[in-house]
Amino acid sequence: MTDITRRDLLSGLVAVPAALAIPHDLLLRAADHAHAAHEAEQGQGTPAQGAPAQGAPAQAPRPYVPTNFTPDEWRLVRLLVDYVIPRDARSGSATDAKVPEFMDFIMGEYRNTQTWMKNGLSWMNAECRRRFSIGFVSCTDAERRQVLDAIAFPKTALAEDKPGVDFFNSFRNLTSSGFWTSRIGVADLGYIGNRPLAKWEGTPPDVRRWLGI
Amino acid sequence: MIQSTPRTQTADVFDVAIVGSGAGGGMAAYELTKAGARVVLLEAGGPWDNTSAQNSGMMKMPYDSPRRGASTPDRPFGEWDACIGGWQVPGEPYTKAEGTKFDWWRARMVGGRTNHWGRISLRFGPDDFRRKSLDGLGDDWPITYNDLKPWYDEVDRLIGIFGSIENLPNEPDGIFHDAPAPRYYEHLVKQTCDRMSITCIPARLSIITKPHNGRAPCHYCGQCNRGCMTNSNFSSTNVLLTPALRTGKLRLVTNAMAREVTTSEDGRATGVSYIDKISGEDRHVRAKVVVLAASSCESSRILLNSKSPRHPQGIANSSGVVGKYLTDTTGTDVAGFIPRLVNVPRHNADGVGGNHIMMPWWLDNKKLDFPRGYHIEVWGGLGMPSYGFMGGIQAYPEGGGYGADLKQQYRKYWGATVGFSGRGEMIPNDKSFCEIDPEVTDRWGIPVLKFHFEWRDSEYNQVKHMQETFRNLIAEMGGEVWSPMPTREQGYGIANGGAIIHELGTARMGSTERDSALNSNCQAWDCDNLFVADGGPFVSQADKNPTWTIMALAMRTSAFITEQRKAGKL
Repeated sequence: MTDITRRDLLSGLVAVPAALAIPHDLLLRAADHAHAAHEAEQGQGTPAQGAPAQGAPAQAPRPYVPTNFTPDEWRLVRLLVDYVIPRDARSGSATDAKVPEFMDFIMGEYRNTQTWMKNGLSWMNAECRRRFSIGFVSCTDAERRQVLDAIAFPKTALAEDKPGVDFFNSFRNLTSSGFWTSRIGVADLGYIGNRPLAKWEGTPPDVRRWLGI
Repeated sequence: MIQSTPRTQTADVFDVAIVGSGAGGGMAAYELTKAGARVVLLEAGGPWDNTSAQNSGMMKMPYDSPRRGASTPDRPFGEWDACIGGWQVPGEPYTKAEGTKFDWWRARMVGGRTNHWGRISLRFGPDDFRRKSLDGLGDDWPITYNDLKPWYDEVDRLIGIFGSIENLPNEPDGIFHDAPAPRYYEHLVKQTCDRMSITCIPARLSIITKPHNGRAPCHYCGQCNRGCMTNSNFSSTNVLLTPALRTGKLRLVTNAMAREVTTSEDGRATGVSYIDKISGEDRHVRAKVVVLAASSCESSRILLNSKSPRHPQGIANSSGVVGKYLTDTTGTDVAGFIPRLVNVPRHNADGVGGNHIMMPWWLDNKKLDFPRGYHIEVWGGLGMPSYGFMGGIQAYPEGGGYGADLKQQYRKYWGATVGFSGRGEMIPNDKSFCEIDPEVTDRWGIPVLKFHFEWRDSEYNQVKHMQETFRNLIAEMGGEVWSPMPTREQGYGIANGGAIIHELGTARMGSTERDSALNSNCQAWDCDNLFVADGGPFVSQADKNPTWTIMALAMRTSAFITEQRKAGKL
């Protein structure tokens, strides 16, 4: 059914085709089309994402340039997301899943995220300077973990670290949003829905056994 | 995105003009065109077609958008939610009395709120039409369940609904397709309810599970709210308006913001004046009959703004009740962590876009400190990850953290949370109503509504009972609730008025013209060619979602209009 037909239909201009139902195999194709179209879009990239100029020799894509983080913030964010969700045996890290790029987009679209994000990143640097006289990025891995240990467990954190705790709760949430909704994250979780089924079989027998029902 | 509808010839006089294309307006358009009437339908929003791959996000994965499903200004329920609208619509304000907490949802698109809802399609029961006779509160309807039963049956047959025959006294069975089997956590909830003597039955949703009137059965992608490309669930757009358009009798006018019902010197309706939102021009359609179905409060706004010498308080309002008796469904939610579900084996648990089980009201209010009941909706599972995924992980036993251990927490706790939502009946009170704000107009100069809203102990005590029940359910499942029980000062966690999006009653029907706007046929007492076909005519809420009753009433009202037209009375 073409769009023109559908438009006309909803304008009340034309008669309506009799069949409205779409067969299931067409749905699958529609899904594939949607994913492919998005990837094509991503592949084209924006100038900031650094698609090589037409006709230029193949080269490594230029690094992503954020619009809502300063270069210093960006270095910190790229480190911090991987402390939250690192690469492990099962899947890649938050930076592999482009979580920093996701955060940059979200900060542009939802301006109210900028305050807590920027204040929180400043707090991280200030706390590192207080403890070690240098910013988070310059700290050693052990030093960074000292600061993270102080703010990553709200129930046992010190009251004076509350700004850091609040920031890290939000930052961990946003990292989770970005990572687990990425292609890497969805595959890692094992989400296997959103596909047309001819029949709903209910809870599979192995899951019923596992549940004891 | 769509060609504007050809301008109506001013000489045209339609048989019927309908305002609003949602459940009530769509049904009226369907029934009246089928009966041969020439109908013009005004919709305040733009065109929409949920079968278009460009419109429907049904088959999108979160990584298909940089937003990952987060909300947008005109889609508060997420970027792929089918419903364009929200509690705030640019240029269309509403005001609230001091101290009033009320949020007014408006859908602005073809199909209205039927693009939004959870498809929970419950008939009101026999008791729901005569509550005053049973407990002395509120009012009885001027009709009974038996008056409406044939129309509920007809709605079931036309639209399709799944469910199960249960023979419960106040939860009438319908003509059902087979209900889908429970998901893994729903089995656990059902077992728990059985142990606690809480009635738990298959859900009743207007989603078809076998081919129905040319529509394909559900394919269980779990994304009903995004707009179904196969029309396997109900939305007014393709289940009612499409066949109505096919008759050739319907003229659908989009982006048409109704201003008022126009009348002749003798007080009868002559049509509807509206703003063409694209051009900003004032327009008018003439019709022999006018049906308002713009949603309870929006229709009441139109009635109150339709003032004339014959209708000085607004049309249909000689009793002064228009805007009064405003109710919304009560609501509160509790979620719990269920350790038994940790590391649940991965499988496709999507199912239909809604709960497969539900708990209708199961207790006797005579033994409780609140007069009316509620039903329970259940959620949880292994649904598609989206923006906000597992936010607040620090509430789980490990208390937060970072790194490899945190990553493992997300994996093991995903799918181990179960939530309950209570949806209960509010009793109308004299502090809850809407009226025209004399000070404020919308962007087209149309006076706007001012809301007054108050919950009473009848609602607070009911919501307290919901909270306690849900906490007991979760405890019985071996789970933990992390949020503390809300206090009386916190209203026991009751949602704001309007938040559940079930506003009803502001143009209620009744037995006498002294205390109601409409007679038992939803016909205005003081204007015989004016009808209301949305939630406005409801006399009481019931502990059930209103859409199925809106449609049964709209169908019955349309049959009455057809009969009167044939008799030469309209």
